[in-house]
Amino acid sequence: MSSRRSRSRHSGSSRITDDQINDLVSKLQQLLPEMHSRRSDKKSATKVLQETCNYIRSLHREVDDLSERLSELLENADTTQADLIRSLIMQ
Amino acid sequence: MMSSLLSSSNLAVNPDRSSARRKKKKKINHNPQIQSENPQIEWKSDAQQQIYSSKLLHALQQVRLSSSGPRRVRDAAYGVLAATARGRTRWSRAILTSRLKLKFMKKTSMARRRRKVLTVIATAGSQQRRKSKVGVLRLKSKCLPAFQRKARVLSRLVPGCRKQPLPVVLEETTDYIAALQMQVRAMSALAELLNVSGSSSSSTAQLGSM
Repeated sequence: MSSRRSRSRHSGSSRITDDQINDLVSKLQQLLPEMHSRRSDKKSATKVLQETCNYIRSLHREVDDLSERLSELLENADTTQADLIRSLIMQ
Repeated sequence: MMSSLLSSSNLAVNPDRSSARRKKKKKINHNPQIQSENPQIEWKSDAQQQIYSSKLLHALQQVRLSSSGPRRVRDAAYGVLAATARGRTRWSRAILTSRLKLKFMKKTSMARRRRKVLTVIATAGSQQRRKSKVGVLRLKSKCLPAFQRKARVLSRLVPGCRKQPLPVVLEETTDYIAALQMQVRAMSALAELLNVSGSSSSSTAQLGSM
């Protein structure tokens, strides 16, 4: 951590601060499912990024699976108006 | 006379003589609602999910009419998600732009040639980036190669963020993840709805769910 900070002093021209980055990373960490219940600061930023990438990939896969399922269901569904009515009732 | 004119112009919108700064101040005083408007979409709210679900339903009906398939459903889902974002985020604008480009390029035979060329350039570029340590994300404070590598991977995963600096990528990722979570919730609910209606008798199932 101290090495990172000493390096940031050299980069006087860049306005992006470590604190800013860490703040954003911690916000990201809160979204991840694993750390949802307990918020620990021990996760390194690299680890958070790695888990974020994995999480996004898993979300993409979930969307792909759901689109498969939806396309099958849409082929079998009879009426289209019934879908609309049902979705409105769902509220 | 001049002072009274100036004071009156402070209240009313006078585009002629006032400078740009005065205009901005006037707008702030006059319309405080514009500033307090929340720029970020609250993806967790039920209202947003409802908006997305109804838009998705409309889009899916069009998909049914033309040519169905899981890829069409997926494209529709992402397109509606990007539209629901109201153009506030880079990833949503990137999705919408790429869809427009695809629609335009589909009609020309040059599209296939262009796509091949683009993929060759993209792979060559990404290989070069890996070899040279000075990447697109030139943050001197985060010089650790592992962190930069992950950040670059992340910027490629989130649409429209390939050349963006790290803080932008992180912000976009936060919004993108929240939107994806909502998308999964909405699509699961929709699938459940169609599943229930398709299998058992529709009326009793509806009454039971209510």
